Amino acid sequence: MIAILRTTLTREMTLAFRRRADLLNPLFFFVVVVSLFPIGVTLDLAKLALMAPGILWVSALLASLLSLDLMFRNDFDDGTLEQMLLAAVPPQLLVLCKIISHWLVTGLPLTVLSPVLSVMLALPAKAVPVLMLSLLLGTLSLSLIGSVGAALTVGLRKGGLLLTILIMPILVPVLIFGTSTVQAMATDQPWQGYLALLGAFTAGAFALTPWLTVAALNVTVGD
Amino acid sequence: MPELLKAADLFCERDERILFADLSFAVDQGEILHIQGANGAGKTTLLRRLVGLSWVVEGNVTWHAPVADGDALDGNRFWYLAHRPAVTLLQTPLENLAFAMALHNQVLAPEALWQALSTVGLRGYEDVPAHSLSAGQQRRVSLARLYLDLPEVRLWLLDEPFTALDASAVNQLEQRIVSFAEQGGTVIMTSHHGLHHAAVRPLHIGAPL
Amino acid sequence: MWQIFVRWFHKCSSPKWFYQMSKPWSFWLGWAAFVLIGVALVWGLAFSPVERVQGNSYRIIFIHVPSAFLSEAIYMTIAIAGAVGLIWRIKLAFYVAKACIPIGMTMAFLALATGAIWGKPTWGDWWVWDMRITSMLILFLLYLGLWALHNAMERPESGDRAAAILALVGVVNIPIIKYSVNLVTTLHQPATLKFTEKAPMHISMLVPLLLSILGFYLAFLAWMFIRARLEILKRERKALWAQKEIEQLGGL
Repeated sequence: MIAILRTTLTREMTLAFRRRADLLNPLFFFVVVVSLFPIGVTLDLAKLALMAPGILWVSALLASLLSLDLMFRNDFDDGTLEQMLLAAVPPQLLVLCKIISHWLVTGLPLTVLSPVLSVMLALPAKAVPVLMLSLLLGTLSLSLIGSVGAALTVGLRKGGLLLTILIMPILVPVLIFGTSTVQAMATDQPWQGYLALLGAFTAGAFALTPWLTVAALNVTVGD
Repeated sequence: MPELLKAADLFCERDERILFADLSFAVDQGEILHIQGANGAGKTTLLRRLVGLSWVVEGNVTWHAPVADGDALDGNRFWYLAHRPAVTLLQTPLENLAFAMALHNQVLAPEALWQALSTVGLRGYEDVPAHSLSAGQQRRVSLARLYLDLPEVRLWLLDEPFTALDASAVNQLEQRIVSFAEQGGTVIMTSHHGLHHAAVRPLHIGAPL
Repeated sequence: MWQIFVRWFHKCSSPKWFYQMSKPWSFWLGWAAFVLIGVALVWGLAFSPVERVQGNSYRIIFIHVPSAFLSEAIYMTIAIAGAVGLIWRIKLAFYVAKACIPIGMTMAFLALATGAIWGKPTWGDWWVWDMRITSMLILFLLYLGLWALHNAMERPESGDRAAAILALVGVVNIPIIKYSVNLVTTLHQPATLKFTEKAPMHISMLVPLLLSILGFYLAFLAWMFIRARLEILKRERKALWAQKEIEQLGGL
């Protein structure tokens, strides 16, 4: 079983790297959006520092959303998704591999990039580790919950747009927990509670979403 | 030979047209069921219902041992080849075959995979990305798994397996199907291509051609 | 004993039974709702005393509160019906869930709109980002998503299942949303009506409010029955009883 999961994960990562352009899109988007805020809103560093956690978080979530549609699309188009649903290995594990590889390829780079961008927004340096930790969990949550939406919309025309509408309400708690964590840290207030909530949310999503995603994939494939 | 599949009272409607109704049949081990019908008659829909991917077809479908897991199919025991060859174009035939094995919970020695690819005529193409292969070659990639020695697999469900194959490949696949059936395996396939053998049983869907 | 239960279960999950059972109910519930809401609104809008702090603008409470309550209750209904449909494969549950979606969406929109109308004279703003309002907005977006998903799928059966899955994801999330939005300080007043405490409102305002809430619930049931009947006819149109019914109603 471990060998199978390793094969699947390797396949997903290999495919991700062979589609390099798709890989870089979210990162470019992240940088561009964060850069636009100071230009468009205010150049005052003090004000930017107040808004920094929110701007970084919203941009990271939106950038992650960009590549969410691709999670199942290629496999759906060439018929591999059906084979996955019929496999001898539980499809929930295969879906989990896909989710983890999506996160490794999107969420993780965004998190790594965030300290650089936080400098642009004058976020206090002491808040940066907490920012990265919260983004790490938050992007994982997004990959997990987003997989349900991706599974529901992969077979539809204009599925990408619908995906955003469907997933947005569910992302609100993640956003609130995440930004509250960073804001609390930046203003010297207790932040551990918010982070714990974010962690709990992510853990819950980890346990529940593979089943929901497989159910959604069965609906899509059988449509 | 013991019965493998029992289908009863199958009913299918698409776009306000009834494709088939009150369709009942059984398949024994070692049989080759050849589902025939015009384009759009519902052959693929029926096959997908048998496999368990689509629920558009109403009615009862019961699979028996050794391929069954309850009423449905056991993932270890069958191959389903759909109309689209399920070949990932960014990967090589070798990677594609290895992944198909992984989904089947099998880890085979690379030599076995090379051998299978060579049998279907892809020697020398094992490491070429599938997007640079022709349609017929891509289909052969997905067919390669049928040439592997997997004693657990007793059932093949093939949807238009001869599409895009040249004459020699068609012959080879026919022989392989027949020899699989002679060893006790069961094949359920849809095809416009006629397969002539004693073990082939036709099942006609829809209006006569 | 078990046999009786099984038979009752099968009867209740039959669309035909629901269709016939709901006809008189929707008629009477509908009229009861009309009367209740009429009485409540007339009483509340014309005869209730003027409020000490807010003046007359508080009167919108008679529409705002029931619609807010109902929008959340309907979402729970949709989620439960969806779960029943997915787990026990009861088509009727899916029909009911689908029928509820536009009603819930309307209620959520009504709550937001009346809230904004109320907010302007009271707080000075049409819109405020506070706990209750944000939750209601998210609820409205969830409804929108459900409706969009239904319409996007090829087959209505797929739409049923997809929407049920989405509703379940949303319902797990609603308490989390409520809690998380709670982290922001609230301008919106906390719940006035609690089951466990004596209501702080004066009886002359409380009674029309309660009547209005009851009326809205009955109206929801009546409206849902009507919509569900239509959905049943659409989906079961191949059945003989449905065809007879359609002919009776005037044909397609």
